[in-house]
Amino acid sequence: MTQRYDVAVVGAGPAGLAAACSAYENGAEKVIVIDRDREAGGILNQCIHSGFGLHYFKEELTGPEYAGRFEEMLRKTGSRLMLDTMVLKVTQNREIHMMSPKEGYSVISAGAVVLAMGCRERTRGAVGIPGARPAGVFTAGAAQRYVNIEGYMVGRRVVILGSGDIGLIMARRMTLEGAKVLACVEIMPHSNGLARNIVQCLEDYGIPLYLSHTVTEIRGKNRVEAVKVQRVDESLKPVPGTEMIFDCDTVLLSVGLIPENELTRDAGIKIDPRTKGPYVYENMETTVPGVFACGNVVHVHDLVDFVTAESKKAGEAAAKYANNSALNAFNSDLKAIINGENVAYTVPQSIRTENTDKFAEVFFRVKRVFGDSVIELKDGEKPLKAYKRQHMAPGEMEHIIIPKDMLLSAAGSLTISVKEEEKQ
Amino acid sequence: MKKLELERNKAPENENRAVKELICIMCPKGCRLKVEEGGGYAVTGNACPKGAEYGRKEVTNPTRVLTSTVKITGAIHSCCPVKTDRDIPKQLVLKAMDVLSGVVLKAPVRRGEVVVSNILGTGANLIATRDMEAAE
Repeated sequence: MTQRYDVAVVGAGPAGLAAACSAYENGAEKVIVIDRDREAGGILNQCIHSGFGLHYFKEELTGPEYAGRFEEMLRKTGSRLMLDTMVLKVTQNREIHMMSPKEGYSVISAGAVVLAMGCRERTRGAVGIPGARPAGVFTAGAAQRYVNIEGYMVGRRVVILGSGDIGLIMARRMTLEGAKVLACVEIMPHSNGLARNIVQCLEDYGIPLYLSHTVTEIRGKNRVEAVKVQRVDESLKPVPGTEMIFDCDTVLLSVGLIPENELTRDAGIKIDPRTKGPYVYENMETTVPGVFACGNVVHVHDLVDFVTAESKKAGEAAAKYANNSALNAFNSDLKAIINGENVAYTVPQSIRTENTDKFAEVFFRVKRVFGDSVIELKDGEKPLKAYKRQHMAPGEMEHIIIPKDMLLSAAGSLTISVKEEEKQ
Repeated sequence: MKKLELERNKAPENENRAVKELICIMCPKGCRLKVEEGGGYAVTGNACPKGAEYGRKEVTNPTRVLTSTVKITGAIHSCCPVKTDRDIPKQLVLKAMDVLSGVVLKAPVRRGEVVVSNILGTGANLIATRDMEAAE
């Protein structure tokens, strides 16, 4: 007989742990969390640096500490944590098929499912770097795992392509472990990493950041021997005559993350091509009723604290669904959110007005860097609300709060757009 | 507003200037601080008291929290993550790494356990940042 759970969570990273704790707090009695790794915590375990938890715990923790606290909270709920188990399939009637060395092939059924599989790194293939194919090219996260968990140094002379936070953090980490980081190379005219990481990971160690530059060739027969770096123009094309050669044995790639949604797609859940994650409603429910999603599987977040907040929302909604106390408002008064000018994506992608409590929160990213600017919320062509900001950047997730009465008053779809503030 | 990294990549700071511009590293917000060098080291541009403290320290005695790993035996992994339980002088960070390279722990280890006490006489303890169970 298949075992029955109130809420089943796929993934025991920060999203899955928070969703499971929140499901329990909101009335789900039987909760299970399934993860393919041998331990809970997900990628936080290899993020040994500090900077996590300032919002949620009001103190600065390292990744393992943040994960450890949540794992403790989960254990206190008496929920089942099933590790070393690969989920093979999630069905529309909320059955989960999985495989583990201990229990073999098994199937459980759940009142509600939360998808929290996180994301994956983009690789060399995804960015298409020309040149030879020697050993010594790693994604920054893979190198982080080797260095911080498995205890292998991945190289001695390093060039980092991409200035996302993982790349910056690894620049410092490799330096502390005795490597020479020659350069951090970023194709855009700005870094997507946090300003604090530029300061404490690059400037502290005198590592140059080359903005508007990219790696145009990797050289080496067996191992990386050198890379060619060139400046790029406004259309991101390499400029001839700007070549620089760095003699190095290692290239780390910090070139973006992609939500990992094989299970989601197989379940027939609608995917948003902009986020590459499932299309979600205001309570993180996907297009399949009773299946929720949260964390980096939905869209890539900047801070784990934001993942936790979103996942608690998903866990609460999943518990309510499992206990039949969710509003059955699946098609009622649906307000689609349209991405207006300069908005790259929004989460949620639409809001069921009756399902919102006092307000709805919408998260989004802008397409470029803004100074003094205005976020405009419109009902069709009719302006509803304007939100002022002093600074916005693609690397910093923005969010706005829409009061419920405003949602109720809107006749059509809502449009969110961003523009520079007009100077007087 | 220009993106800050572009500005920062320009010519190095003029050492004689009375005001030093810094980016606060105390939280992800990254406030742009101005610190008067000398006198009371007045800090502006900070959104919270931590920023003022950081600004003052950064121009007088810069400090950092060190996070790294040490070797461990008998656990499922060969590294145990550690951190200093308070900030230590920035110029001692690499020296502290030398101390860490000589440390070998034996599982089990508990989160918060002191691995090296009073590292380099800084008053900071090096502590484990996760539980490491003894492997079966």
